[in-house]
Amino acid sequence: MIETRQLRRTFKSRRGNVEAVAGVDMCVEAGEIFGFLGPNGAGKTTTLRLLATLLPPTGGEATVAGFDLRREPEKVRRRIGYVSQAGGTDPAISGRRELVFQARLYGIDPAEARKRADYLLDLLELSAAADRPVGSYSGGQKQRLHIAMGLIHRPSLLFLDEPTTGLDPQARARIWDEVKRLQDNGTTVFLTTHYLEEADALCDRLAIIDHGRIVAEGTPDELKRQIAGDLVTIGLHGDGQEAVRLLQGEPYIREADFAEGQLRLRVDHGERSMPAILRVLDGAGLELQSLSLTRPSLDDVFLRQTGRSLREEAA
Amino acid sequence: MKLASDTWLVFQRYFGLLMHNPAWIAAEVVQPVLYLLLFAPLLKSIASMPGFPPGGAYNVFVPGLLIQLGLFGSAGVGFALIAEVRNGVLERFRVTPVSRTALLLGRAARDIVNMLIQSTLLILLSLPFGLSINILGVLLVYALVALIGLVFASISYAVALALRGEDAYAQVVFTAALPLLLLSGVLLPLSFAPGWLRALAAANPLSYAVDAARAIFNNRLGETSVVEGVAIMAVLAVLATVLAARSFGRAVA
Repeated sequence: MIETRQLRRTFKSRRGNVEAVAGVDMCVEAGEIFGFLGPNGAGKTTTLRLLATLLPPTGGEATVAGFDLRREPEKVRRRIGYVSQAGGTDPAISGRRELVFQARLYGIDPAEARKRADYLLDLLELSAAADRPVGSYSGGQKQRLHIAMGLIHRPSLLFLDEPTTGLDPQARARIWDEVKRLQDNGTTVFLTTHYLEEADALCDRLAIIDHGRIVAEGTPDELKRQIAGDLVTIGLHGDGQEAVRLLQGEPYIREADFAEGQLRLRVDHGERSMPAILRVLDGAGLELQSLSLTRPSLDDVFLRQTGRSLREEAA
Repeated sequence: MKLASDTWLVFQRYFGLLMHNPAWIAAEVVQPVLYLLLFAPLLKSIASMPGFPPGGAYNVFVPGLLIQLGLFGSAGVGFALIAEVRNGVLERFRVTPVSRTALLLGRAARDIVNMLIQSTLLILLSLPFGLSINILGVLLVYALVALIGLVFASISYAVALALRGEDAYAQVVFTAALPLLLLSGVLLPLSFAPGWLRALAAANPLSYAVDAARAIFNNRLGETSVVEGVAIMAVLAVLATVLAARSFGRAVA
C-alpha cells in the first residue's frame, strides 16, 4: 500500500538546510494498521504530509495506494484519506454540511454525497450533532467527524495524524474502536502517535522515527524482543553467584546477574523459560522467595533506539 | 469542465458562509450609505470649482467610489484564509483532487459578487441625487470592478498565504493599499494635483481604472481611456491569478 525508497524532504531556513525527513525506507502492507512513533519534531508529520501529496519530496521515491507519488499525485489523492492534527473543519459550519461538501470535492454527486454523509454520521454516532456548527462539538465528536471526512470517498488508505492527542481516555478508546473497525472493513490505516499505549494496542506494525530516520521497524512484539527480552526477577536465599554461574550456561538465558538478594535474568520468552529456570535452581538446592516476570515496554524500545524516553517527552 | 465546476462548488461554500453572517449583510448596506451621506455632500461645492471634470459631482464621485470598493473590498479577504490555514481547512482541501486554481477562483468570485452587490446599491442610491448612467455603462463598470476585484483579491490571498499571520497581513495589505488609493484620483480628481503627483499617479494602474470608470459614467464609452483601463486590469488579473493560484497549490505548513 505504501512503499518508500530513500524518501527525503529538506527545508531551507535562514540557518541552512534542515533535513526533516532524511531518507526513509518503509513498506506498509494492505490491510495493516501501521504506526509511526516518534517524539515531537522527529519528522512524523512531515513524512505523513509527503505521503499525502501535501509536500513534494526533495529526494527519493514512493508508491502510495498503487501510484507514484511524484508522477501521479492526482491518482494518489483519489485513493487516500487524510486527517490532520488540526482536523480541517470550519467551526461555523455544521458537520453534515462539511461532510457533504467534502464528498463534492471528490466529484461525488449531491444525492450520493448526502447519502454517504448520513451513513457516516450514523456509523460514528454523530447524527444528533450533525446539524450543529462544528465549533460546538466535544473533542471526541470533532475527531470522529474528522475521521468521517477522511472516509467520505471510501479511500483504501487512511492517514491519521495523532488521532487521539488531547482526547480523554474514554474518547481515545472510542477512536481506537473506530480505527479497528476500519481495518475490519479492509481499509489500511497509517497513523502517527506519540502514545506508546496507542501504538501497542492498535498497530500491527510500527516504525520508530527519530531525526528524520527510521531507527526501528517491526511488530510491537518483535520490537520489544529485539530490545532485551523479558526480565525475570527472582528473590533468592543462598549463593546467588552460584545460581548465576549455573544459569549462564543455559541457551535461553541472555544475561544474568545477582545483587542484593535479587537474581535478574534476561530471557527470550519469559513464560516458556521460567519452568526451566526453576528446575535449575531447584536442582542446585537454592530456595526461592519471590518470582516476577516483566515484559519490555515500547518505551524501553524507544529509549534504546533514540536515547530518550517518550514518557519524559510527553511529561 | 472540472475547473468551472470546482470553482462553482467553492464559490457556493463561501457565498453561503457570507449569507449566514448577519454582520456582513448589515455592513454591506451601511457602507455605501455612509459614503453617500457623509462624503458626497462635500463634492457638491467642489464640483463648481475650475478644473473639476465635467459630468456633475455624482458622475465623477460614484465611479471613483466603485473603484475604491474594488480595492478595499479585496484588502480584507485574506483574514478568513489565514484562519482557514490555521484550522487545517485549506490543507484538507489540498488533499482532495479539487483544482487548486478553483480554490482561488471560487473565493475570488465570491468577493467579486460581493463587490457587485455593493456597487449596485451604490448606483441605485445615487440615482435620486442626480447620477445618470445607461445600462451598457453599468455593465462595463461592473466588468471593470470585477477585474479590479480579481486582481486585488488574488494578491490579498497570495499575501495571506505567504505571511500566515493576521498582524503582518494587515500591515502589508493596508500599507500597500493606501498609496494605490491616494494616487488613483478616487477621492478627488487628479486634475487638481501638481505635476509631480500626476507623474506618480501615471505609474499607478488603478488611476487608469478610475479614468476609465469616469469616462464610462460620462457616456464616453468608446474613449481610449476605457480600453486602456480595462486592458491594464485584464492583464494584471491574469498575472495575479496565476501567481495566487500557484500559492494555493504550494505547501502550507
